[in-house]
Amino acid sequence: MIRFERVSVTYPDADDAALIDVDLHIPEGEMCLVVGSTGVGKSTLLGAINGHVPHFTGGTLTGRVTIDGLDTRDHPPRELAGIVGVVVQDPINGFVTEVVEDELAYGMEQLAIPPATMRKRVEETLDLLGIAELRNRPMRSLSGGQQQRVAIASVLTAHPRVLVLDEPTSALDPSAAEDVLAALTRLVHDLGMTVVLAEHRLERVVEYADLVVSVDADRTVRAGAPEEMMRTSAVAPPVVRLAQAAGWDPLPLSVRDARRRAADLRDRLVATPLTARPAHPVAGAPALDARGVVVAYGKTVAVSGVDVSVAGGEIVALMGRNGSGKTSLLWALQGAGQRRSGKVILVDGRDPSTMTPAERVGVVGLVPQTPSDVLYLPTVREECAAADAMVPAGEPSCAAMLETIVPGISPDSHPRDLSEGQRLGLALAVQLCASPSLVLLDEPTRGLDEGAKKRLATLVSQMSADGRSVIVATHDVEFVAQVASRVIVMADGEIVADGPTAEVVTASPVFAPQVAKVLRPAPYLTVDDVVDALGLDDGSERRVSS
Amino acid sequence: MTSARLPRRLHPGAWWLWSIGLAAAASRTTNPFVLLLLCAVAGLVVAARRSDAPWARGFRFYLVLGLVIIAIRVVFRVLVGARFGSIVLFELPVVELPEVTAGITLGGTVTLEGILSAVYDGLRIATLLICLGAANSLADAKRMLKSLPAALYEIGVAVTVALTVAPQLIESGQRIRRARALRGDSDVGIARGVVIPVLDDALDRSLVLAAAMDGRGYGRRGAIDARTRRLTGALLLTGVFGVAVGTYGVLDGTTPRWIGGPVLAVGCLLAVVGLRVSGRRVQRTVYRPDPWRREEWLVVGCGVGAAALMFAATEVDPANLFPSLQPLQWPMLGLLPAGAAALAALAAIVAPPVPTTTGTAAPVHIDRDDDAGVSDEPELVATT
Repeated sequence: MIRFERVSVTYPDADDAALIDVDLHIPEGEMCLVVGSTGVGKSTLLGAINGHVPHFTGGTLTGRVTIDGLDTRDHPPRELAGIVGVVVQDPINGFVTEVVEDELAYGMEQLAIPPATMRKRVEETLDLLGIAELRNRPMRSLSGGQQQRVAIASVLTAHPRVLVLDEPTSALDPSAAEDVLAALTRLVHDLGMTVVLAEHRLERVVEYADLVVSVDADRTVRAGAPEEMMRTSAVAPPVVRLAQAAGWDPLPLSVRDARRRAADLRDRLVATPLTARPAHPVAGAPALDARGVVVAYGKTVAVSGVDVSVAGGEIVALMGRNGSGKTSLLWALQGAGQRRSGKVILVDGRDPSTMTPAERVGVVGLVPQTPSDVLYLPTVREECAAADAMVPAGEPSCAAMLETIVPGISPDSHPRDLSEGQRLGLALAVQLCASPSLVLLDEPTRGLDEGAKKRLATLVSQMSADGRSVIVATHDVEFVAQVASRVIVMADGEIVADGPTAEVVTASPVFAPQVAKVLRPAPYLTVDDVVDALGLDDGSERRVSS
Repeated sequence: MTSARLPRRLHPGAWWLWSIGLAAAASRTTNPFVLLLLCAVAGLVVAARRSDAPWARGFRFYLVLGLVIIAIRVVFRVLVGARFGSIVLFELPVVELPEVTAGITLGGTVTLEGILSAVYDGLRIATLLICLGAANSLADAKRMLKSLPAALYEIGVAVTVALTVAPQLIESGQRIRRARALRGDSDVGIARGVVIPVLDDALDRSLVLAAAMDGRGYGRRGAIDARTRRLTGALLLTGVFGVAVGTYGVLDGTTPRWIGGPVLAVGCLLAVVGLRVSGRRVQRTVYRPDPWRREEWLVVGCGVGAAALMFAATEVDPANLFPSLQPLQWPMLGLLPAGAAALAALAAIVAPPVPTTTGTAAPVHIDRDDDAGVSDEPELVATT
């Protein structure tokens, strides 16, 4: 269906090629997963499938890409629109019309499909993706998962034979991600569609894949069956790493397969008491004490009377579906966001809303969902200098902080040219160099690859060891399992669960990390916990960290 | 016959033609009673046949704007306006302006006739504006864009995209301003700290949008050869010129008769032919186009008929349409203008009832950013 023959891509003004000598064949009706760290050329590979690279992006493509027998050299994306459907990473930016139903029809209108057929296909597709009740809704009123499904539906109506998706679940909460993946597997199974998707969260996708394509750091590409690829891959979902640690063969890819093999391990673990997660709570005044926080926008109540208290050195994960009020709560706690009523007391007994923005910086730091929002100067050097100017002398400089978080960023580069992980690193350095005692992170793992996520986890643990408290709002259950000592779950602006990580996440199948699902009822959350408890030799761990 | 009364959306073009007819009727008179009657008709039809979508709520805004226009005209007339008539209301101190202002004086005698002529003129402009407001509240501007001829499709898309950009710019501006407060610094200028990031955002977004449109087949069309392009260009230009001159002729009663209707008709014809020719090569279809049925013709007939009656009234009884100010006379409501208003009001009855829109009336809130803010976006679109 999709064939790459000796394909290399070089962008203008780039020293190195973005892809080198790719030979790849994706057969019809396969679900193909593309993995690799950020910035190695995953997007280039996906873009080359419909001719977006190089027709739209510029650059030179040597070799041949054919799709359903058509060479992308002679067929620009608009000519392939009936064959390839592309869903971009942030679908809201790719919507042309304003209402769901019109958006579904847009592609068909361009392809001059007869009105009667259009009408029929719109109805079929609305049902196929379960979005019939959204048909008259304006795009901007949809939640993230709904947007993603509308974006998929809007390319499906053209009846493409190939669907290409760039990180379809990275912004979604676990249950919305499951909805989207269920829709995709249905397309592959029922309609024989070829689906190519790039994704960092392997734990969500790998069990559905028929083929895994790994884009490596040297810009070459390997492809193979998921099991084979996971065996040698630098990144692997927890269930695979657990299997490797336990020495299971063949390698299970899904929780279900792993559970069947894990009876032994479960018995041993239930007998072994879990070594408590090292928390670093500092005795004395809490770092944050919030009572009855209410945030409302007009008639919509985003946060309704929330009480949160965080001890010094505690790492708290804030979870809950898209739109449950996590972001509003973080902003209200920082003091820059609005707060209708309630009380927030920080470590020195002051209320952040009574402090000037400059005073707040030294006490509470917030890294927003889009880290680039806090970056507005033309170079990294100027960003760092601006951050240092806000801080009394004697603190470590922002540039030094950046070097420990993400080493090797050129000070002259533009913040917008950095990779997702580097940008987050810079935003963190800028916000942390004032040494705030409370750090609030909003969706920091979105778009981060495995390596960057590991570095972030180390950094967060380090902050906690230094006695700073951290609140992380996130959808990433594996990240939560790794770092958090306590989890707060929000729904509809209220706190519905608050307790130690192991208790809260294992109580719900949606929030449970893979290891917990495999080993239930043993209260283990991560592969590292298991390895420590049983003294297993974990070969994969060394490889991942290298 | 029951199917005619089923609730359905009237073709937006029909409402526009109806309100243009109403506006043309209003342009033919300064009689305050006739004008107020026509305003009342516009309000009545809007109240009866507008939908519950956010864009339909803007009518009140046009009413207020109309009052503002009348007020401005009266104030200017008091300050500098023409001085005629004999009924003196009050005297203002006279301010002589320097030579360069070509003899304009401020203040002086204010007469009832002067004020009334300002009110009549202002009321006429306000009525035209209210007719426009009625069209905007009755017809969905975006559906109107969908009904554009194929040759104008690109313009329609550009307008649609532009309409979504304004709320997006506001949203990213707010987001970035909030984020700046996190840095704690306030000495970076607005240009550097807000405008540049917002523009960066907008550029990024438009690139993504362009790529998405390209990937979904936008711009698939057969190439048009140079001769056809020149021909359609000439046809369209001449047509538009004809429409402009013809409209002027029709609306201004003092121009020779042949400049009005005939030129307008020829202009329309040329424009239609031009659009047809250039649209012939476009390979595109329209999803759920608004049908044009009997009700559409009836509504258009009401509007155009009202205009025709007023034109007839100009012939029969011009004094009634332009009530005399010197000597001052009490304006009278003639039979023909009243008939015109009644005919226009008939649109409220012949147009089918409006279906309730379920989805768009739901509270708008933005889940994506975990925030429920910025809910005024639809209103914003309505007023642009």
